Amino acid sequence: MISKEEVKHIAKLARIELTEDELVRFQKELSLILDYIEQLKEVDVSKVDLKKGLIKSNNVTRKDEQIKKPIEEISLLMDLAPEKKDNYLKTKKIL
Amino acid sequence: MDLTDLTIKQVGQGLFDKNFSVLELTKAHLEKIKKEDKGINAFLTLCEDKALKKAKEIDKIIALKKKIPLLAGVLAAVKDNILVKGIRTTAGSKILKNYIAPYNATCIEKLERQGVIILGKTNLDEFAMGASTENSAFGPTKNPKDLTRVPGGSSGGSAAAVANNFCHFALGSDTGGSIRQPASFCGTVGLSPTYGAVSRYGLIALTSSLDQIGPITKTVEDCKIIFDIIKGKDEMDSTSVNDKLLVDSDIKTIKGLVIGIPKEYFVEGIDKGVLELVKRAINKYEKLGAKIKEIHLPLTKYAVACYYIINPSEASTNLARYDGIKYGLSQSNNKELLDVYLDSRGAGFGDEVKRRIIIGTFALSSGYYEAYYLRAQKVRQLIKKDFEKAFNEVDVIFTPTAPTPAFKLKEKTENPLEMYLADIFTAPVKLAGLPAISVPCGETNNLPVGLQIIGKSFKDDKIIKIARFLEK
Repeated sequence: MISKEEVKHIAKLARIELTEDELVRFQKELSLILDYIEQLKEVDVSKVDLKKGLIKSNNVTRKDEQIKKPIEEISLLMDLAPEKKDNYLKTKKIL
Repeated sequence: MDLTDLTIKQVGQGLFDKNFSVLELTKAHLEKIKKEDKGINAFLTLCEDKALKKAKEIDKIIALKKKIPLLAGVLAAVKDNILVKGIRTTAGSKILKNYIAPYNATCIEKLERQGVIILGKTNLDEFAMGASTENSAFGPTKNPKDLTRVPGGSSGGSAAAVANNFCHFALGSDTGGSIRQPASFCGTVGLSPTYGAVSRYGLIALTSSLDQIGPITKTVEDCKIIFDIIKGKDEMDSTSVNDKLLVDSDIKTIKGLVIGIPKEYFVEGIDKGVLELVKRAINKYEKLGAKIKEIHLPLTKYAVACYYIINPSEASTNLARYDGIKYGLSQSNNKELLDVYLDSRGAGFGDEVKRRIIIGTFALSSGYYEAYYLRAQKVRQLIKKDFEKAFNEVDVIFTPTAPTPAFKLKEKTENPLEMYLADIFTAPVKLAGLPAISVPCGETNNLPVGLQIIGKSFKDDKIIKIARFLEK
């Protein structure tokens, strides 16, 4: 069970504006989903060590260096920006 | 000769025999799409000009008797969460309604190099979140076998396009069942490769520890052709694996093959018609000399619950990039930066995306992290262990791909949880990172049913070859 206030709070953390109607619906639906997920508590996980995981994985790293890209490629990315000034993305002021 | 009823293999032969040109082939398919897709809605974008131009180029190469590319004239549909340079890529979301892909996904580069022509981009559940393609912001896709039913999802547009002969094959992506379940519902073949077998560079991320690109095809033979082209290590995807791991299997006969049948997948609640057809398929393999062995995967019933913590958690972080600043929908009529975030995301995302971002944010938040996310990760390890144990005794595992055939439109949209349960037989495989293929095994009440064949890690080629015996 999750309360309407909790949904409102989490949605704000996730940067999503919800309408009153959405808030009411989601509170009901998310409670149902979380209730279903509760059944994971039945599983005994006391012996699982995530550090000694079964997934054999290695970190794949690369050198942290600048890769030069052609200007056409860069402008394709910049063209997607909703707002820009010169060659910079533009945002609302924060302070 | 019906030009729109060919497999990839037949296209190659037909071009070699000069039965048709690539341009004729391309035009025939585009015409069919224009005529028939209004009722199906498989495509979100058609790349008509680009496709016709490329068709003419390939015809020229053939006429000059230069080296003909391996997949010359093969026509593809691409799920609209895979980037094709210069073409609109929406992920089925309003937030990317006007997004033009600035680069190609690696699998697109590989396919185009072999002569594949892309006809268009196909419909999907928004950001691949769903099992029916009804969560698309651009309307649902309908199942070509029965227009009152869903094609499955999230790669529903891709599966419907292949099933209705709009193209020779399609690319889909599978996170919890999104290739195999629609393949089963539409009567096509669908492969979800081993995690890391195919590069995901250029795939719009949903759940990075699960997402895989894979082919949806008319035949198992075609599935192998496409998988062999798109698989392999890619510098641009650090999770893609070394080519040496992806070796071909030398299996030539079913004789002696040990097939595991997990008891937990044959329980009450499965459609009787599905059960009967899957059992009939298993019998066929037994007659070919396979040994059938009952096995246990006791954690199966927890897989969906586990999946619906892992998936939303990763989705909530992956989708944080849609902020109304770099690209995508931006509602910037307000004064503060926070309003841009709140309003762009509030207006751009649909219900299911919002639900999952909220669940994920909740599961990862301080105070709940251990009870939800960490526990789910541990259960995931146990599910993987379940499969590893089973594979000590058997070579492959057979199950139904989905518990039912295609369901009716709107049947499950009122209750999100019911929609989640459509992934009950496909999600566990993904949590374990294993490859699985869905192959048609018959029809019940005129609706296709898929058999799922699950293999050990990197035994993709083996399950494809085993699946071929059902086709023969």
